[in-house]
Amino acid sequence: MSLSESRRHAATRETLPQLSIDSWNHRHVLDLDDFSREEIDLVFEIAKGMVEILDRDVKKVPTLRGKTIATMFFEPSTRTRASFELAAKYLGADTISLDSAKSSVAKGESLIDSLRTLQALEVDTIIMRHPCSGAPYIAAQHIDTSIINAGDGCHAHPSQGLLDLFTMKQQFGDLTGRKAIIVGDIMHSRVARSNIWGTRHYGIKLVLCAPPTLVPRGLPEMLDRCALNHVTIEHSLDAALENADIVMPLRLQKERQQSGLISSMREYIQGYQVNLQRLAGAKPDVLVMHPGPMNEGVEISHEVAYGTRSLIEQQVTNGVAVRMALLYLIAGGKSR
Amino acid sequence: MKEKNLLVKNARIIDPAGGLDESGDILVAGGKIIKTGKDIAAAGATVIEASGLIACPGFIDLHCHLRQPGYEDKETIATGAAAAARGGFTTVCCMPNTSPPLDNAATVGHVKDIAAREAPLITILPAGCITKGRAGRELTDMAELAAAGCIGFSDDGSPVSSARLMSLAMQYTASLDLPVIDHCEDLDLSRGGHMNDGWVAARLGLKGIPAAAEDTMVARDIALCQLTGARLHVTHISTKGSVELVRDAKRRGLGVTCDVTPHHLTLTEERVMVAQAGTGTALTYDTNARVNPPLRSSADIDALIQGIKDGTIDAIATDHAPHTMGDKLCEFENAAPGISGFETAFGTLMALVHTGRIDLNVLIACLTAGPARVLKSAAGTLQPGARADIALLDTGREWTVDVKDFLSKGRNTPFDGCKLKGMVVATISGGRFAYSYSRKIYNIKPVNEYLG
Repeated sequence: MSLSESRRHAATRETLPQLSIDSWNHRHVLDLDDFSREEIDLVFEIAKGMVEILDRDVKKVPTLRGKTIATMFFEPSTRTRASFELAAKYLGADTISLDSAKSSVAKGESLIDSLRTLQALEVDTIIMRHPCSGAPYIAAQHIDTSIINAGDGCHAHPSQGLLDLFTMKQQFGDLTGRKAIIVGDIMHSRVARSNIWGTRHYGIKLVLCAPPTLVPRGLPEMLDRCALNHVTIEHSLDAALENADIVMPLRLQKERQQSGLISSMREYIQGYQVNLQRLAGAKPDVLVMHPGPMNEGVEISHEVAYGTRSLIEQQVTNGVAVRMALLYLIAGGKSR
Repeated sequence: MKEKNLLVKNARIIDPAGGLDESGDILVAGGKIIKTGKDIAAAGATVIEASGLIACPGFIDLHCHLRQPGYEDKETIATGAAAAARGGFTTVCCMPNTSPPLDNAATVGHVKDIAAREAPLITILPAGCITKGRAGRELTDMAELAAAGCIGFSDDGSPVSSARLMSLAMQYTASLDLPVIDHCEDLDLSRGGHMNDGWVAARLGLKGIPAAAEDTMVARDIALCQLTGARLHVTHISTKGSVELVRDAKRRGLGVTCDVTPHHLTLTEERVMVAQAGTGTALTYDTNARVNPPLRSSADIDALIQGIKDGTIDAIATDHAPHTMGDKLCEFENAAPGISGFETAFGTLMALVHTGRIDLNVLIACLTAGPARVLKSAAGTLQPGARADIALLDTGREWTVDVKDFLSKGRNTPFDGCKLKGMVVATISGGRFAYSYSRKIYNIKPVNEYLG
């Protein structure tokens, strides 16, 4: 370790605990709907320190040494799981990984039983992904162990919402008056839902753009009832792109065509693909994000995904930093 | 042993079928109502002092699930009947989605045998399947099912998708003069849905079941009712659109009736999200609020209450659907739909009376005379000669729902812990106590003498 690196290391170790985390009251991270602006800002302050750690050759700090973090994924995932596991390892935690699609669940064990077992094994934090909306909420009603929701059905993906917002703030600083578009399968997108909640404190105008069949019927009333006045729904991407600062296409799964929600990939691409031709009508400095995994050639063209306006790789790196911050706050920040 | 006569004294007697609402006494002998009136004297009769209580006909439930045979871990005929008695019900119609289903005379006979042996104090009337195995492909032998004692036909929960098959079924049921008890749901439109298709579904990321999935099927089956002349009973209607369709069908003189559940009258879709409105922000995804049809919006409740007031809705039926803990202790999408409803029905419905939304006499009519009319049954009245089925009600008594006290095996209810005002204090069936709160009688088997 060079001298400057060891200084940086020491600096991070000192700055992390100095942050005031008294305002942090979350035992679990289930969604961003119960996050205040101060809490999100706190996550981001810590995440900035984590970005520094990620720049080092030796990325390991002992913050969570002695803590055990379990990832419990009831549906396949590569990116989110790897991101969380690396985040935990960089902070010095021990991790175990339960691939529930192949284990006890396949033998008929219930969700609650699986979680109670982990609790009995004295795991400190459970990172959970589940295909059913609300599964981590039900889990949190039955066990005391902290749960971080790594995606539940079509409902929420709070760490993704945070890393998207973190990436936006990294680019623009103050987000007041900025316009971001999330385009694609809003209906089935937990990323869109968590972004709706995450962005509400920051003065962003958020446009949800999709064909009518991919917008939940109750969404306009939900936005109204939950006072989410910063969000609008738009069916034309070309119209939405006017004055947009950020556009984030969502993965479109092939099943959507089979179930008739879109007539054909061709029709969808014509209306909703984010490509150079379409961006020619937008502001020249519009930035492109994608929560991954991408279907290149469907919701996003290759040229845009890897072009100069793309923040997609930064999102991935930031994802580790933001998840480190969450783990720090949940597993190590406060003794409970 | 000669049975003693029974005299209910000083009750407020409400008998909608007989147009009665007055204070007085009810004399029962030989299991039948002898007379009602003021200052009845009956030497040697067991006297039940009922001042401050309402005496009305025992409730009739057009729609419940007793689960036997096949799902005895959820409920048995004996535990279901005990729960019914606690709820004031003396007659219940059980749906045929047992295992095996009630699609043949032998299984219907089996249920009737168990009922006669285990719960003779409660009148248990099975509905038979419309199609074999409830599979929607071949009609059951309906005349034989009717002869075995079925009071109507239903593929409840698995509605008949084929309009042609449904029209054929209705031709048979018309000739038998029995109703089709119709769970109206277009399965193609509701597929994959788990709750009402509204703002709460959008909030929770759950797929919605649109009201149109019910409305379109109600419209189809009203058309088939007109085509065949059958008696169509639309059960557990839950939408404004359904109420309007049935109202219009009745106006046109068709043989259409309908019922609604207590939970669809008192809870909205928001109950899935939060235990009580305005309490905290943590989402509950409460599987005890998962029910089919789903809990709807407050606009639907308004329409349902209007339907009760103007007579569009004939009856209130519990759709008592008991489940095990395991059936509900899981992800919302995987939870079995249904509410254990017998024991909370009256107490929850009384909230509508206390808030002035429904008149008490109308409520009692929907639990007695209304369902009796749907069944063309002689029950549901206190007129002389009728079977002595009587519910004694204390409309002002407050109590807290505690599932640990349930007589039903099914403890799946969104009302657990709710404070209710209005209680069934005793249920008399065929002149005998099937339930008494104060006497701690939980009795669905005959005893050798009347209990005073």
